[in-house]
Amino acid sequence: MNALQMAVADGMTITRRNVLKIKRAPDLLGGAIILPIVFVLLFAYVFGSMIDLPGMSYQEYMIPGIFVQTIVTSAQITGYTLTLDLQKGIFDRFRTLPMAPSAVLTGQTSSDVVMNAASVVAMTLVGLAVGWRIHSEPHRAVLGFLLLLLFAYAFSWVTATVALALRKPEVFNNIATIVSMPLVFLSNAYVDSTRLPGPLRAVAEWNPVSTVIQAARELFGNTNAAMPVPGAWPLQHAVPAALLWSALLLAVFVPLAIRLYKRAVSQ
Amino acid sequence: MPPAIMAEGLVKKYGDVVALDGMDLSVPEGTVFGLLGPNGAGKTTAVRILTTLLKPDSGRATVAGFDVVADARRLRSHIGASGQYAAVDDHLTGAENLEMVGRLYHLGVKRSRQRARELLERFDLTEAGDRPVQGYSGGMRRRLDLAGALVAAPPVLFLDEPTTGLDPRARMSLWDVISELVADGTTVLLTTQYLEEADRLARAIAVVDHGRVIALGTADELKDQVGGDRIELTMTSAADLHTVRSALAPLAVGDMRADAATFQLTIPVSDGTASLTAALGHLAAEHVVVRDAGLRRPTLDEVFLTLTEHRTGEPVMTKEPTR
Ligand SMILES: Nc1ncnc2c1ncn2[C@@H]1O[C@H](COP(=O)(O)OP(=O)(O)OP(=O)(O)O)[C@@H](O)[C@H]1O
Ligand SMILES: [Mg+2]
Repeated sequence: MNALQMAVADGMTITRRNVLKIKRAPDLLGGAIILPIVFVLLFAYVFGSMIDLPGMSYQEYMIPGIFVQTIVTSAQITGYTLTLDLQKGIFDRFRTLPMAPSAVLTGQTSSDVVMNAASVVAMTLVGLAVGWRIHSEPHRAVLGFLLLLLFAYAFSWVTATVALALRKPEVFNNIATIVSMPLVFLSNAYVDSTRLPGPLRAVAEWNPVSTVIQAARELFGNTNAAMPVPGAWPLQHAVPAALLWSALLLAVFVPLAIRLYKRAVSQ
Repeated sequence: MPPAIMAEGLVKKYGDVVALDGMDLSVPEGTVFGLLGPNGAGKTTAVRILTTLLKPDSGRATVAGFDVVADARRLRSHIGASGQYAAVDDHLTGAENLEMVGRLYHLGVKRSRQRARELLERFDLTEAGDRPVQGYSGGMRRRLDLAGALVAAPPVLFLDEPTTGLDPRARMSLWDVISELVADGTTVLLTTQYLEEADRLARAIAVVDHGRVIALGTADELKDQVGGDRIELTMTSAADLHTVRSALAPLAVGDMRADAATFQLTIPVSDGTASLTAALGHLAAEHVVVRDAGLRRPTLDEVFLTLTEHRTGEPVMTKEPTR
């Protein structure tokens, strides 16, 4: 087996381990499936009945936002699991084995994609039930889902990096919440960014979360001529910009996470 | 034949704490080597370096012919390790834990599954094998962790306090497993707090203190090193223990030990039978009632205490009985 084959095989073994863990741990499963469903229902019925958008239903507008919000918040699970494993010394066992060291992280982030896929399916079904519709051709819709999962994968590496830098589960959870809230709410997820005051508007329009949401809206056909896209470049070119963001996050955070992993386990 | 495990001048510091202070080890292939030492002596640190988990600050070590730093990647296919604290996955079943380890040793899916079943059986976990580890007792986890070290049937095994937390039956069955493995040519390095275990299993024992090997040899050699016979007297009261202790002090060639709970006095002497006769004569003259009297060789516990107390400067268990 060459190094690459080994890295892939070991990554799959660790992925399998994590998926089994998710299946058996009700708290992880609840975070991945139940919570997103509750979100869809709450937003659809509570805000959906109060907020009027020109030319489209609020459900259509907000479902892609909920998709991305769920991705951002459930990436926290990646980090949390890593900090717990660090504490329990499980990585010591791994590191005495002739496995590819990268597999611990690739396996963790890949199992998160599996988890994210499950929660996107759940949200899609509930979304369709409360009135969300896909208006684009099937291949664009498929692209939309793939883009969401790609961003989810990239974002897992971001939280993995933060987790490996902080190491303590409680500290990580607090910091991750503090960071992810503004990331989600200072975006176009639930509000029209053009109605935000100047500086906040700039932040919201250049926020990668907004880019991915806008790209998803375009790919699912949840846009409307009565709601023009703001002029910021990433929103005007949302699909390529979302791909760029994902690539950039991967390019920066994959090596960083691996470096921090090595540091974290060698003490 | 080159030694299966070799270490030269290993040094490891944690800030100001010197965990290893120039440790040398040499373990011939197909033998059991015991590392003994008080808490904090550096046993775990040594094991972590030899299993590639830590890099030494200086010194070098090879295991199965591979350098633990430069050849760490290749070395890992040749060792099995079980750390001081069981590292098993709570949400996976016992079988899944072992299968995962097998896959990570690249044994293939089928062989991994087969090995998992064999080892569950060997460690008396067959029944629990399909339950998540979350519901295992401490000793069961420990056994599963040990089984993990054996998955690839590696030629060199490192076991850090393998029998801590095991019940007597599990402990003896692990001893049997180790004996079988060694008979088949496996080399085992184990650390332990149970001197009986070292006495029974290990061909060579290294006593470690403050990060150095302070004594090395077979159990017998270590006992000789600590000196000759002991007189053991059991009194009927603490008061007697106290008087006898002072009365017989001239016979002792080292620190006497008095156990206030059992009224037992242990006196290291130079000429066994003559000293015993003298002691009993003295006690008869003083009309002290002795419940039990005898002469015996030092135990490994005494070797351990004697060797390690001089260096720490804290005499252990030689205090006056307190009341
Ligand atoms: N990660 C660490 N950070 C700081 N100090 C450490 C660390 N690991 C070990 N030490 C110190 O190094 C010394 C040796 O520790 P080690 O764990 O090797 O002892 P040990 O012989 O295994 O003890 P025990 O019998 O209690 O398991 C101790 O003084 C310990 O405090
Ligand atoms: Mg230890």
